[in-house]
Amino acid sequence: MMFKVKDLWVKVQGHDKYILKGVNLSICKGEVHVLMGPNGSGKSTLLKTIIGMPQYKITRGAILFMGKEINNLQPYERAKIGIGIAFQNPPSIRVKTEYLVKLITTKFRTKPLPYEEYRISHLVGRDLYDGFSGGEMKRTEMYLTMLQRPKLALLDEPDSGVDVDSLALIAKGIEQLMEEGASILLVTHLGYILKYLDIVTELHVMINGKIVYSGEPEKALNLILTQGYSYFVKGGG
Amino acid sequence: MDNKELKVDFSRYDYGEKEAIEEVEEIPNEYKEKAKEVGIEVDKGEGIYFQIDHNVIYQKLIERLRRKGVIIMSVGEALRRFAWAKMYYWRALSSRSDKVSKIAEEYRRNGYFIYVPPRLKLDEPIQACLFIAKQNIAQPVHNLIIVGDGAEVTLITGCTAITEEALHIGVSEFYISNNAKLTFIMIHNWTPKIHVRPRTGVIVGKGGIFINYYVNMRPGITLQMLPKAILYDGAKAYLTSIIKSGGEALVDIGGRIIFKGNDTRGEVITRSVAMDRSEVTMRGILKTEGNVNARGHLECRGLLLSDSAKAIAIPQLEARGMRANLTHEAAIGKISEKELNYLMAKGFTEEEAVSIIVRGFLEAGVELLPENVREGVRLALDSMAKSL
Repeated sequence: MMFKVKDLWVKVQGHDKYILKGVNLSICKGEVHVLMGPNGSGKSTLLKTIIGMPQYKITRGAILFMGKEINNLQPYERAKIGIGIAFQNPPSIRVKTEYLVKLITTKFRTKPLPYEEYRISHLVGRDLYDGFSGGEMKRTEMYLTMLQRPKLALLDEPDSGVDVDSLALIAKGIEQLMEEGASILLVTHLGYILKYLDIVTELHVMINGKIVYSGEPEKALNLILTQGYSYFVKGGG
Repeated sequence: MDNKELKVDFSRYDYGEKEAIEEVEEIPNEYKEKAKEVGIEVDKGEGIYFQIDHNVIYQKLIERLRRKGVIIMSVGEALRRFAWAKMYYWRALSSRSDKVSKIAEEYRRNGYFIYVPPRLKLDEPIQACLFIAKQNIAQPVHNLIIVGDGAEVTLITGCTAITEEALHIGVSEFYISNNAKLTFIMIHNWTPKIHVRPRTGVIVGKGGIFINYYVNMRPGITLQMLPKAILYDGAKAYLTSIIKSGGEALVDIGGRIIFKGNDTRGEVITRSVAMDRSEVTMRGILKTEGNVNARGHLECRGLLLSDSAKAIAIPQLEARGMRANLTHEAAIGKISEKELNYLMAKGFTEEEAVSIIVRGFLEAGVELLPENVREGVRLALDSMAKSL
């Protein structure tokens, strides 16, 4: 198994309440898994815990990557072994975007991709995410994630708040990751991006810190769109 | 001008005698390498002034520029040889304004004199190095730059020391004639016990442009300076100060712009990174004289990297009449946790992430500099963002 989450319980530092309550998930090499769920259900927390953000504390369970438990690895160590994340709301940082591109490609010994493929040529001379539109931000974040050539890509709502053109470019990026044999865990709130993807292995629905449904994507998406998440809350599926 | 904390005992330094030291054909490697850290590359360039302690040890000016009327020499020699040079001596500043200026006038231990004749535009920067090598020495220099009508020049001044204790006093007067442009880059890198007191006065004539770009990689024990630029009709001034302080350093920096003419523009930007127990005061003063059409902006930003470091921002705006438009922004804080976490998730260690954020913070005003000096300046900034 490429990647596995086993009975994962997670709290945010300084809070008593559990955000994740026994999450289980398995992803094989080259698979695309989609995670959906209402706001606050724990989707982003799961991704941030997988990458090792310090404020998310694992009290039980394990994250396994290529057969090894990575619970105690630092975020940069996780990135180094092949986990990449595209954040939902990345912070604006006073660093020139092209400088960061140089640093990332140097670190991961990869070649920069053409800026034009993600329509970010006009942005790279600016400070990262400083005054970027929604689409510009998501395209740039996707571009930066691609630079790592990740084995597992965690994509947190790459489709929220973007225009149709950006959506198509981001979908192209996801397809390129698939061609390179990467596994993907994609969080989407409304599922817009799914229309652009040919193959999705499995769709999971997360409610209140638990995955309550895993199954064939088209059927699940239909249920969400027609009946809403309340269908899953009631324990349907 | 010195406040209590920034006191210096001026009497304990050696002001020396005037020595007759011969200029050298080649600067010793030890000095060369050290000068390189502050942007001075003596093997390159068309005009160079190199002073160690009180003595000019090396000067260079290529024949082509000499024939066109460019002058580079010690200020003492210039005052002896050219009657007109005296007209510029103590005009933008007063020798009686403070103790530091008085000392500079009393001892007169050289300093550079640079003259660029009207309409001459120099592509290559002129370089000047003020170097301290002797223990416990006071180095009071007086620098003069005169840029003729419509002329353009870039000067890189590097100041550094290999001794532990010393006092550096640098009086600088710059005269930028009508429609002329001076880009003045100054890079300082001191040893931890040196006191540094630059005093800078600049007069920018009609339509002239003054770009002042100051980088301090290590400030010594105390540093106090507040360069002043006076702008006449249509003149522009951009004053940027970038500093990283550590140890016990006490720093008081910034810039002043006096808007004397109409259609004047000015900007004072200060960025300081404070570590250990160091304290930095960032000052900015924008002031109009008379009811002039002026536009100015001040920015003071401090980044604190230790719980004992201190930063103070003192922006000051002063305008009379309805034609001025002066603004300021000031911010002091630590590195954002969110930014740090983001970079760590992108594969950087915490140390690397801090360095990236600090490096970005230091990048201000570089785009105002000519293309051919940016790389050297960025190398200095890169080295400041390391070893935090």
